[in-house]
Amino acid sequence: MAKVISLQEAAAKVKDGDSVMVGGFLSAGGPNELLHAVAESGVKNLTAIANDGGDPKRYEHGLHELIHNGQVSWLWATHIGLNPEVGQKMNDGSMKVTLVPQGSMAEKIRAGGYGLGGVLTPTGIGTPVGDGSEDVGNTKKTIMNIDGKDYLFERPLKADVALIYASKCDKYGNIFIHGDARNFNTVMAFAGKTVIVQTNELVDMLDPDEVLIPGVVVDYIVEK
Amino acid sequence: MDKSEIKAYIAKRVAKEFKDGDFVNLGIGLPTMVPAYLPEDVHVTLEAELGMAGAGSAPDEAHVDWEVVDAGGAPSSVAIGGAFIDSATSFGLIRGGHVDATVLGALQVDQKGNLANWIIPGKMVPGMGGAMDLCAGASNVIVAMEHTQKGSPKILKECTLPLTTQTCVTKIITEMAVIDVTDKGLVLKEYNPEFTVDQIKEATEAELIVADDLKPIE
Repeated sequence: MAKVISLQEAAAKVKDGDSVMVGGFLSAGGPNELLHAVAESGVKNLTAIANDGGDPKRYEHGLHELIHNGQVSWLWATHIGLNPEVGQKMNDGSMKVTLVPQGSMAEKIRAGGYGLGGVLTPTGIGTPVGDGSEDVGNTKKTIMNIDGKDYLFERPLKADVALIYASKCDKYGNIFIHGDARNFNTVMAFAGKTVIVQTNELVDMLDPDEVLIPGVVVDYIVEK
Repeated sequence: MDKSEIKAYIAKRVAKEFKDGDFVNLGIGLPTMVPAYLPEDVHVTLEAELGMAGAGSAPDEAHVDWEVVDAGGAPSSVAIGGAFIDSATSFGLIRGGHVDATVLGALQVDQKGNLANWIIPGKMVPGMGGAMDLCAGASNVIVAMEHTQKGSPKILKECTLPLTTQTCVTKIITEMAVIDVTDKGLVLKEYNPEFTVDQIKEATEAELIVADDLKPIE
């Protein structure tokens, strides 16, 4: 059963060299206070997997803090335009960046968490995503023709730790997320070996009809 | 026309592409201006790829909810009849062919319908976000952009920047022209009467086939 711990205890679950999935989409649905605690822990050499590289102009704490501190050595993301530091680090070689189409990112993570060996998608054929161009850090991907249409084979993604967000969480780890803050949190909750949720509100028990992510996948809960 | 007039002109013309009931995804920037120009009898449902099938307009300050934002991270709202969805569902809608049209900006577009809009290697690296999936899945891919970049053509024989998508663009709408992407090449369908056909051809590197029924943009 999920265990309630402090922000600092949760941050200590992230170790040097870990791969870390981070839920959220820009300002919505990121476990930002937890990320701040991870930044303060001084952990380094992380591989971060997230929708984006944060937006330091819009909110203070977030993945951009860890990137700024040089704690992330490899970032997987779909969009990095709102944090210019990511592009700078990518171009000067101080951080490896792999850009992934957003839908492929969701499906790669879903495949990782749902026990699938990968996915076939039409997205990215004939672009650097498929052809192994160096500047996006990809390796050449297999194209398969299914019923007359070409698809790119995308491998599954998993992580050592998934840091996710909840609007409301109960003591069993069951999660409800309001609005479009759910974004990548639902798939990431299945794809981390250790799953830690930061919740705005901790309640005794959610209405089971209201549960978006079942608590059985959650290991630790921290209150914001 | 100054910059803002150009954008408004393009957005107004793009608005004519939609049918009542269409489900559309609008890229960041100019495309988000399109709904303001929809005819009164045309209602569309907007997809916000981060998690809304049925996105609304920006709220006033009193109703800002940081769990409801748009694809640029700014406060947004859900439209009447709209739904919140997660990223996997959102891109299921996109790749699954459920989105009728997407409107995107471009750095370059070419006569085969190839599009480049996500990276200038070594310089600008915004990333592709959802653009590659939208191009692969939407029924109509409309490029809405200024015809040239400071005078140099953006509609090329062949894109030189890394591609966002192969042969997916169906229509190009600029302040000078409306161009269909066809198997035969780019067909000039409509022109802004402020320009001559020769001026439009001059501002376009790709070859333009002038439609028999060429007409002015209304």
